[in-house]
Amino acid sequence: MTLTSLAFYLFASVSVASAFMVIAARNPVYSVLFLILTFFNSAGLFILMGAEFLALILVVVYVGAVAVLFLFVVMMLDIDFAELSEGFLQYLPIGATVGLILLLELLLVFGASSRLADSNPLPRATPEGMTNAEALGRVLYTDHIYYFQAAGAILLVAMIGAIVLTLVKSNNPRRQNIAEQNARTKEDGVALVDVKPGQGL
Amino acid sequence: MTGIGLTHYLTLAAILFTIGVFGIFLNRKNVIIILMSIELMLLAVNINLVAFSAFLGDLVGQVFALLVLTVAAGEAAIGLAILVVYFRNRGGIAVEDVSQMKG
Repeated sequence: MTLTSLAFYLFASVSVASAFMVIAARNPVYSVLFLILTFFNSAGLFILMGAEFLALILVVVYVGAVAVLFLFVVMMLDIDFAELSEGFLQYLPIGATVGLILLLELLLVFGASSRLADSNPLPRATPEGMTNAEALGRVLYTDHIYYFQAAGAILLVAMIGAIVLTLVKSNNPRRQNIAEQNARTKEDGVALVDVKPGQGL
Repeated sequence: MTGIGLTHYLTLAAILFTIGVFGIFLNRKNVIIILMSIELMLLAVNINLVAFSAFLGDLVGQVFALLVLTVAAGEAAIGLAILVVYFRNRGGIAVEDVSQMKG
């Protein structure tokens, strides 16, 4: 067993186990942390496949943004999670049945088409003498520039949508009114009061 | 690369995808776990795309994986925003009550 296959089995087993813990953990905070572990191990698999750029992007985007977003929401919402996981066992049989059937079907498909698998001895999509990021950039910014732009538009729409959804409009906002401020004069801003000795205002 | 072929990666992706589907069934009431299950399924799709890209020697698979990553990030942001708004309106995130929101 070479080092590569050892690494594959390590990353694969840890990611499958932690993916299972994502759906099985009682506490959603643990779920998010196991999700992060899954993403890290998948990033390792990506590196094994020679997709270094995507592996690092996976860590940056998923662990740095998405998982932290999940953590924020899980911790901010005041939810009784024990109540939410009540129906856990109720859906276990049907879920297990559907999952097993789906898994069997997928594995059958892959078993039937596995002949093309090992024809390429060295799994590299990157051309010789070029880093993965450079090769990906050369494809992404030329042939697939429209997809790239569309991805940017999707992110923009998602950002605006999230802000519009969660922005709370206050009933009584204390905004600065510059015209009103400039229109103030000494006469209506200052009042001179003649206070008699020994008395308050 | 002795032994580790395309089939290994595809099998791993199939297992991860199935775990995602299973998680949606298992945690019917908890939207946060459902969103995480969707992330798992998208991750499985990404593994498939990158595996095919590597073993067929074609970089386009990685470009598509990048786009899937973008969509997954957007989906997570919007989904969690909807979740926060839903929680503010109803004081809980029980998914069964969502059907009452229509109309």
